[in-house]
Amino acid sequence: MSSTDDYQPLHGGDHAPGDEPVGRHEIAEGVVGYLVGLGLAILLTASSFFIAGTALVWHPSIPIALVVLAVAQIGVHLVFFLHITTGPDNFNNVLALAFGVLIVFLIMVGSLWIMYNMNQNMAPMAMPMG
Amino acid sequence: MTAFQAGAGYSDGRREEARRPAAIALDHSDPESKRIIVGFGFWIFLLSDIIMFSAFFATYAVLSGETAGGPSGKDLFDLHNVAIETACLLLSSFTCGLAAIGARAHNGLMYYGGMAATGVLGLGFLAIEIHEFVGLIAQGAGPTRSAFLSAFFTLVGCHGVHVTLGILWLLTMIAQVFAKGYRADILRRVLCFALFWHTLDIIWVAIFTVVYLFGAGA
Repeated sequence: MSSTDDYQPLHGGDHAPGDEPVGRHEIAEGVVGYLVGLGLAILLTASSFFIAGTALVWHPSIPIALVVLAVAQIGVHLVFFLHITTGPDNFNNVLALAFGVLIVFLIMVGSLWIMYNMNQNMAPMAMPMG
Repeated sequence: MTAFQAGAGYSDGRREEARRPAAIALDHSDPESKRIIVGFGFWIFLLSDIIMFSAFFATYAVLSGETAGGPSGKDLFDLHNVAIETACLLLSSFTCGLAAIGARAHNGLMYYGGMAATGVLGLGFLAIEIHEFVGLIAQGAGPTRSAFLSAFFTLVGCHGVHVTLGILWLLTMIAQVFAKGYRADILRRVLCFALFWHTLDIIWVAIFTVVYLFGAGA
């Protein structure tokens, strides 16, 4: 199997995660894609660090803003660096990602929810023992 | 992907290269190229790695307030260092992308230059992280001090181990392309390495938000 064979989906079907979409083989175009991703990521990162240390915004809103910025940046990384897009040739990659996100969500929210409730219920017992 | 299974009954071990006639294939499309199958399989592995990290994140989030009377994140974290670490990883993700383009275009300058820059930036990240860990342990804030610090060292340390392994893989890929050229199987490994490196950056985005920015602001 020659190396050029390996890049072409046989009938334009799927493409591998991380690969450029078929037809964008020119170096300059690829570099521009990564540059756009880098610019957006720098913008979002700088916003995150700025908001975390600023007194300009209402304080309780900061954690929510940080989560939104982080999710946006992860989206930028997925699209511009890993080339996970919503195109029809990317369906399997997106489907796997969606399942991964579901499991991550269940683990994070489930753990926090259960442990918060257990902490609440344990609080009265801890007092006399301490 | 389903068409791939149509050839599963053949024991010649060369299924990926088999292009079965329509009479044999159960599906109407041909098997995917090996590069797509390898990339997809590695993507599944990366998602499972992310799920493992999510368990560490959940542990950290639950334990982040349990300082046992010891220092909290607000006392310990130095956001200047974290900003430099973030810049290192972000730029290394970019140079890794350049290297991937260079590999596809068989452009030695882009490939070796991109990989070398990625390695240097990765080492810079590791150096700052190790310096931070050593400093924390020296001031009595090691992983045994409190549940918060145990969870912190586990989560951030696990990411650091991934970066270390990534750098070893990076050096291997430089050597393999140098020794064997831009062969299809080598380029598939370069693809997987690039995916791995970009994923480390995604996990770092979650770490600097959840651990450092939340911790320093709390």
